Amino acid sequence: MSTPRSQSLWEWACRIAPPVTKKKLPSEEVHDHPLKPMTITVSETRGASKRLGTGTSTPTPSLVMDPLGAALDGSDPLSQFAKDPLTSDAWDATDSQTTKVASSTDEYMEPWHTRRAVILNKFTTSEKLSMVSSFLSAGEKVVRAQSSVSSIVRTRLEQLDDYDDGTMRELANLTQQEYIIRIEQLNKQLVHNWEKDSRVNALRIAIQCSALLEDTSVIQFYPSKFVLITDILDSFGKLVYDRIKAKAESKIMSGRRASTTLPDNFTPDMIPEEAKEICSNWFYKCSSIRELVRRLYVEASILKTYSFLTKAEFSQALTRLTKMVRGIGDPLVAVYARCYLCRVGMSVSTINRQFLKENFYDFLATYHQLFSGPVRSVLNTQKVDMCTYLHLYTPALEWIVQGLAHNAPESLLVEILSRCYHKGNSALLLNTVMTSFRPSYVSSRALYFIELISACNTEGYPQYLLFKSLGNCLSVAETESPLQVLNEVWKVISKLEQPAQYIACAEVWAHFIVTHFSNHEINIFLGDIILHMTPNRVYEQFYPQLLNIVDKVVTNCADFESLFSMDKFLPLIDMFHGETIKVNVCKSIMAAYMSRGSKELSNDPIVIDALMFVCRGMHDSVSVLTVEDEKRQIGLLISQLVRQVNFGQDLEQQLSYFVEARAAFTNLDSVHSTLVQCVNKLSVNTGRIVRGHHTRKTASFVRACAAYCYITIPSIFSEYTRLQLYLLSAEVALMNQCLGQADACLKAALSLVPELPTSIEVDGKMRSSEPYLTSYISHFLSLLLIVPDSPQLGVLYLLRGLLNVLKHYTWDQNSSARIRIYLYVIDMLSTAAQETYPYSIRKVDSNDVLYGSDPKFIAEINSVCSGLIEEILTHLKFLGSSEQLHKQAALAFDLFIRIVIRGDLTSPGLATLALNLWNLANKNRLLDSKLAGRTVEYLKRRSPTQGVQQNVYNELLNKLGS
Amino acid sequence: MFFKDDDFIALDIKVKKCSKVYHEGDVIAGVVVFECKNDVKHDGIDLTIEGLVNLQLSSKNVGIFEAFYNSVKPIQLVSSVLEIASAGKMPAGKTEIPFEAPLQACANRRLYETYHGVFINIQYNLHCDLKRGFLHKDHGRTLEIMVEYKKQPGLPAPPKKDTSVNFTITPESLQNVNDRSRVPRFLVTGRLDATVCEISKPFTGDLIVDQCEGEIKSVELQLLRVETCGCAEGFARDVTEIQTIQIGEGNIVRGLAIPIYMIFPRMFTCPTLTTSNFKVEFEVNIVIIFGDEHIITENFPITLIR
Repeated sequence: MSTPRSQSLWEWACRIAPPVTKKKLPSEEVHDHPLKPMTITVSETRGASKRLGTGTSTPTPSLVMDPLGAALDGSDPLSQFAKDPLTSDAWDATDSQTTKVASSTDEYMEPWHTRRAVILNKFTTSEKLSMVSSFLSAGEKVVRAQSSVSSIVRTRLEQLDDYDDGTMRELANLTQQEYIIRIEQLNKQLVHNWEKDSRVNALRIAIQCSALLEDTSVIQFYPSKFVLITDILDSFGKLVYDRIKAKAESKIMSGRRASTTLPDNFTPDMIPEEAKEICSNWFYKCSSIRELVRRLYVEASILKTYSFLTKAEFSQALTRLTKMVRGIGDPLVAVYARCYLCRVGMSVSTINRQFLKENFYDFLATYHQLFSGPVRSVLNTQKVDMCTYLHLYTPALEWIVQGLAHNAPESLLVEILSRCYHKGNSALLLNTVMTSFRPSYVSSRALYFIELISACNTEGYPQYLLFKSLGNCLSVAETESPLQVLNEVWKVISKLEQPAQYIACAEVWAHFIVTHFSNHEINIFLGDIILHMTPNRVYEQFYPQLLNIVDKVVTNCADFESLFSMDKFLPLIDMFHGETIKVNVCKSIMAAYMSRGSKELSNDPIVIDALMFVCRGMHDSVSVLTVEDEKRQIGLLISQLVRQVNFGQDLEQQLSYFVEARAAFTNLDSVHSTLVQCVNKLSVNTGRIVRGHHTRKTASFVRACAAYCYITIPSIFSEYTRLQLYLLSAEVALMNQCLGQADACLKAALSLVPELPTSIEVDGKMRSSEPYLTSYISHFLSLLLIVPDSPQLGVLYLLRGLLNVLKHYTWDQNSSARIRIYLYVIDMLSTAAQETYPYSIRKVDSNDVLYGSDPKFIAEINSVCSGLIEEILTHLKFLGSSEQLHKQAALAFDLFIRIVIRGDLTSPGLATLALNLWNLANKNRLLDSKLAGRTVEYLKRRSPTQGVQQNVYNELLNKLGS
Repeated sequence: MFFKDDDFIALDIKVKKCSKVYHEGDVIAGVVVFECKNDVKHDGIDLTIEGLVNLQLSSKNVGIFEAFYNSVKPIQLVSSVLEIASAGKMPAGKTEIPFEAPLQACANRRLYETYHGVFINIQYNLHCDLKRGFLHKDHGRTLEIMVEYKKQPGLPAPPKKDTSVNFTITPESLQNVNDRSRVPRFLVTGRLDATVCEISKPFTGDLIVDQCEGEIKSVELQLLRVETCGCAEGFARDVTEIQTIQIGEGNIVRGLAIPIYMIFPRMFTCPTLTTSNFKVEFEVNIVIIFGDEHIITENFPITLIR
């Protein structure tokens, strides 16, 4: 049995290879390589006028979209889910047509469901609500509503709104949340009843829901209520429509057995009698609903069903319902009824948009009601002020006017404006027009609008809102005379006394000012803001707005760097007190600066100072409690700044800037590591400038750089980063012939190794750090080869140190990482024994030159190797005894290869040792036989061609084959 | 149980026309669907077509007891029997027996339109009878069909007369007021597009509240039937409500025309009908309810035609 024999029987000696003449590898020219960024080649066909030969394609490289980046732009996926999935289902069908229309036309109209969420968020109440329905459990019974008409004979017709079954219940004292839940319940009930085939019940729920819209008792909640209830009505309408459609389809199918689905643009004559009958039944049922509002809503909800009956019916019905709304006395209820009609009307694409205009003009006709006595008395009892009340109209009115303005010609704006102008109190109307019409129409008449706005003085509707809307239009579209517009507007805005109103306007107009005017005007603008915000420290209440303004200024300002030379910008930044808000400001400034592209290198001391100030603000906010991701972001921004600052040839100043930066940003690992990288880069650049021949001055400079790195690295927290940076700094130091500094770095790295934790966290999972350590040490070894021994410290001082560290490092019990590293060390040492090393650094004499293959040196190497091999053999034994035969075979094979290739086989016993290892590796047939075969073949090919070596080698090879 | 009864027998009538609307002289075509689990012996299946006018006296005009007993004898309009299967045996399972029957009035009678009222009912029924022998239950099934007057396509439409009405309601125009001083000042004008109305078309018009000092709570449109029965003691005339439709809700805006629009409900209305024994007529009320629960009503008799 061939376990390796004891030490005395063999002796390691490195094989000294004859110097190899370098051969060039065969090479050929290629056009592609795998690391080249993917490009898409767009070939353009040129016009026929060009000569045939020149019609080559022009590749337009465009980076293939980064899948990660793609996920990030557009809307945040989380917020997409935030919208209510239950109700959005109902939307898909009704909206599909609207969106189709929108996509086919050039102008985009905001779909209802995005508005829906806005309304629900905006119009809330803390008052108690109540609802009446027969389909909800719990609640008190209500007294049967007396019909206002004296004759009481009930007919079957009235069964639809029949209260006789005594289950009508009133739920009072509901909070808003409870109310929403109840409505949701009703929605489910409706669908449930429908599926149970009790369609009359479903209709009754729809009617009862519409009845809730008659009630304006908690008026500030009305818009939200409208949204919730029309959701139910929409799903009801869809159910009716789908059922009739399914009926029609099944009839057609049984008739012809042909097409089973109706085309989207079916005509009424394709519909069988039976389906039409059902259809008209629905409308008969609706028409007998007593109450106006309920009848209106329910009929509107199933309006689409008219398309089964006749073609013209739909638009006729729409016009009729539009007229019917006039009968609703309460202007708020009426305007929302109109809004619903318009929504239903617009869901059918083919319809003439005339009804929108009728609706709007009807609203204008009743506009004076909003300010009438009865409305005021209602507002008084509900304790709602006029301003809030007028705002309740906005969503409905905007929807109507936007539908009207959608793709409308400019003339319509003129027509509507002239109509609105003659109404008193037209602020609400003006505002709606400005928010609804195409901004370019509005902005081209900006001065006219300013005139209108100044002229109208509506009670309860503050003017600043109008200026805000105008500002919104102008920030999107161009205007002819920006200066005049600004002067006119600012005359009013700067006189606003309420800081809230002032800042709201300033926020909106900031975009306009920044894009149209030079820094001089921006400076005045910022000064004006400071002036308005300073008294009583009101700015503390308006941080979001101020932040927005700063954001707009920094992102849109043409000349970024001159921003800092304005005398009002930094004072504005100074107004942000409080940690988080300050960090946000700093972040947005830095992000804006960075997004301007990395090429814009700056060396203006004012800008740098300002940015450093900003970054320091961010940095100082970092504390123990800061979230990891926050730290990462801040670190990233600061690192970017550090990289951007470039003083060109003035290296000294660059370094002193880095020193300053280090002092400023003491808390962030990532900034420190960036600084070390930057200084190393600086050092390399210096070396490059002098082409490796340092003068006294540059030499001392690069030494200073090395010292900087050496000092900075220990303040980094992460051991891994520290290890890497030490190695990097050592390499750079060596390159610049700073031997002592390189040694110091390497020593520091070595002393750090024992501190390396045995496990690291990767993607939230704990992993062993051994693979990392192994690769790091291999890297380390390859550097070590060319590091000359220090004359004071003796031969192979650093390597011995490394071995020492490895010995005392706490390895995992079962791992053979240490032994693997020993194999690498053997590799390295065998190379160190050669007469010339395969690589070297210019102007640095490595050990090959220093020792000149001195026998003492070789002997030293050999003895170290012997020690290592002894260790390996011990480990092989251990593996054998602990039955890890696979590992044993692999390790034995590896060692065998080392000995055959690196070792001098003439050395006594070494050949035998190799053979024994070979046998051990093959003993249990655990080694891949193909690998073994290939190895033997390879060894045969590279057999040395002369000398004693050859005989021994061949002898060994012969033994291997057997 | 002494006899084992047949577990399950179902009888149904289906007519071809899904609207179930027929005119005089039409042929009613359809099937009788018979479904049973076991074979069924029977003594024939008959199909009866019956049209009746039921008259009832209201207790307002005669005493309660008379009203109860003295129902006027119904008037038979249609009565025919059709044997669709002779005595025999029905196989288990589903059997469909097709039939066709003409809709023909009895001698000296004509068909009136289907009408469901309070004191007068005009109704047409298909009745299917499965007669079975002694000790077995008979089975039956009734289906109501609608009868409408035929629109004669050959004849030219009668020249359209303008039957529209303009109306003005003021406190002065009111009759039947107890205390005129308590009536608020108001002026309501309006127009009904027609008082001779086609039953299949909506009833239309508009109404303007020109001025009104009080608050208005509701404006409603009421459809009334006027049923008159002739009997031994003379006439009994009753006015009852068919439906009320709200056309204005709340304090409606002044000076803006609000539409009057109502669809005549099927079955509960029919063309105005006058015969020797009974009359069915219709009226429309415009009702304005004020905030203080004052009600003013303006009445318009209308004639329905087809």
